[in-house]
Amino acid sequence: MELSEILSTALEALMLNKMRTALATLGIVIGIGAVIALVSLGQSSQMAVQSQIQSLGSNLLTVMPGAQSSGAVRGASGGGTSLTLDDAKAIMTSPQVTTVANVSPELSRRAQVVAGGNNTNTQILGSTAAYADVRKITVASGRFIAQQDVDSMGKVAVLGPQVVSDLFGDGANPIGQSVRINGMSFRIIGVTASKGGSGFMNQDDIIFVPLTTAQKLLFGVDYLGSISIAAKSEQVMSQARDEVGYFLLARHKLSNPMQADFTIMSQEDMLGAASQITGTFTMLLSGIAMISLLVGGIGIMNIMLVTVIERTREVGLRKSLGARKKDIVTQFLAEAIILTVVGGVLGMILGIMLSYVVSILMSLPFTLSLTSVLLAIGVSGGIGIIFGLYPAQKAAKLSPIEALRFE
Amino acid sequence: MIKVDNISKIYSNDSVETIALSNISFGIEKGEFVAIMGPSGSGKSTLMHILGALDTPTSGTYILDGKEVGKLSDDELAVIRNKKIGFVFQAYNLLPRTTALKNVMLPMMYAGMPREKRVNRAIELLEMVGLGNRINHTSNQLSGGQQQRVAIARSLAMNPAIILADEPTGNLATVQGEEIIAIFQELSDRGHTVVVITHEPPIAEHARRIIYLRDGEIVEDSTNHKHRRVKRGDE
Repeated sequence: MELSEILSTALEALMLNKMRTALATLGIVIGIGAVIALVSLGQSSQMAVQSQIQSLGSNLLTVMPGAQSSGAVRGASGGGTSLTLDDAKAIMTSPQVTTVANVSPELSRRAQVVAGGNNTNTQILGSTAAYADVRKITVASGRFIAQQDVDSMGKVAVLGPQVVSDLFGDGANPIGQSVRINGMSFRIIGVTASKGGSGFMNQDDIIFVPLTTAQKLLFGVDYLGSISIAAKSEQVMSQARDEVGYFLLARHKLSNPMQADFTIMSQEDMLGAASQITGTFTMLLSGIAMISLLVGGIGIMNIMLVTVIERTREVGLRKSLGARKKDIVTQFLAEAIILTVVGGVLGMILGIMLSYVVSILMSLPFTLSLTSVLLAIGVSGGIGIIFGLYPAQKAAKLSPIEALRFE
Repeated sequence: MIKVDNISKIYSNDSVETIALSNISFGIEKGEFVAIMGPSGSGKSTLMHILGALDTPTSGTYILDGKEVGKLSDDELAVIRNKKIGFVFQAYNLLPRTTALKNVMLPMMYAGMPREKRVNRAIELLEMVGLGNRINHTSNQLSGGQQQRVAIARSLAMNPAIILADEPTGNLATVQGEEIIAIFQELSDRGHTVVVITHEPPIAEHARRIIYLRDGEIVEDSTNHKHRRVKRGDE
């Protein structure tokens, strides 16, 4: 038979039972659409995680006390005592360090906080005015810690919005009131704007006090928990890291970088750590994609098996009229190809539309991977053709009368 | 034309053996009009399916036009079913929701006949069976008698030497049955070999030879001297 003849026979046979054809196509559409949508959504959320980490500040370096450790593994913060306020001041003022924009010395501990009848356990962060600039903190009302507060060891506090709602209730304005931290009374001078985040990343559950106050009055230490450094730009990050590193080695009279009593981490290191997490994420995604491929494939397999087996009698009739095995197999192959091509294209459109809509609803970036589209169509199409062909081949092997009697 | 020698057909199903045909031998000459009669379960249909190359005997040989059918390949059998034999089923077996024209064209498509020739021949055949005005009706829009006439037109598509009809009037009223049998008579007159299965004696009376089967064996094979002729009323 000619190709046009084969195609028109297949089309006619498909049109004979429109409902069955529609259902088979639907099965393929859903199988392929689900895979494309799931994989693309997974990749979108992966991108979202990465961009969130990068939004923390791409020009931020953090110097931590403690021995140099390998890779991105980080020691307990505040564990060492090797960094001092003088180190921070020297970094800022040294002519050797040219690529640093601002330096924020920090000391952070957790403490019990009481206001009126309420109390909470939160992070107390001793800082200077530079912190707001380096960590991109804005104040919602009142003002942030100023240099004079640090110089005068003032008992003032700036509250994060989470602490305000914990101690004073939602939407309260606590400025001018006081809180007791470790039994010491602090006047509230400001509330920061919400930065979001949750769990250990919650940047709203925090109280800022002047660094000197935290060191001398609250915790009785003279070292720093960490130093945050803003490089002048993202491009000079590695240069800034080297400058600060060698400067501190020299200041601490250490000749071998392996003996360094501090660690410098950049956002890149954080990304490195995060990529371990996103690696797991990618595995999860591949798992989801595989399961949806499997489910979609089984759906297609079922509908193809059922539709073809249902037509065993038709195979018998065609054979009794002189169709050869080849004619039958060719016809069913053509039908399966038409079904999978039409269903594949529709499924692709459905999958792309679905992932687009969901990415807008969940405000995720929209991505589409060619690999997942090809994989979905390839696997589902293959399954559709194999399971459209296999029962047809089996039916074509029966004697016409066996096929005609088939129920 | 047809020669069967010692044919048996045994169906085995879960250790139960059913003998459908046992050691049947006979021959049919070219142009004969034969009726095969017998009660249900006598093996008539099984015999017909073997004659139509739709089924194979368990033992024995079937020689059609000098060729032993049992030794033919699948594709060679397809060619025999396509060109040498026209089969008419009791249940018509038309493609559902398909026009009369396309149903009749089907065997010609498998023979690889050019499309235009197929259409012309199909129209010609449908006119011959009196359905010239129902060419584009689908099978479910036709009455039982009309469907059976489409099936006959289809069986004639490749102008086969042998027409085999398995209870062609079984599902039809008497008047429609007479119409169908008249067509077979006409085909026989034109030189086709016609074999009809029936359990209705009035139908069998039209044949020139009647073979009686019972329990898978031939119990009588006689010439019907006073065969009846019916005139076809044109529709």
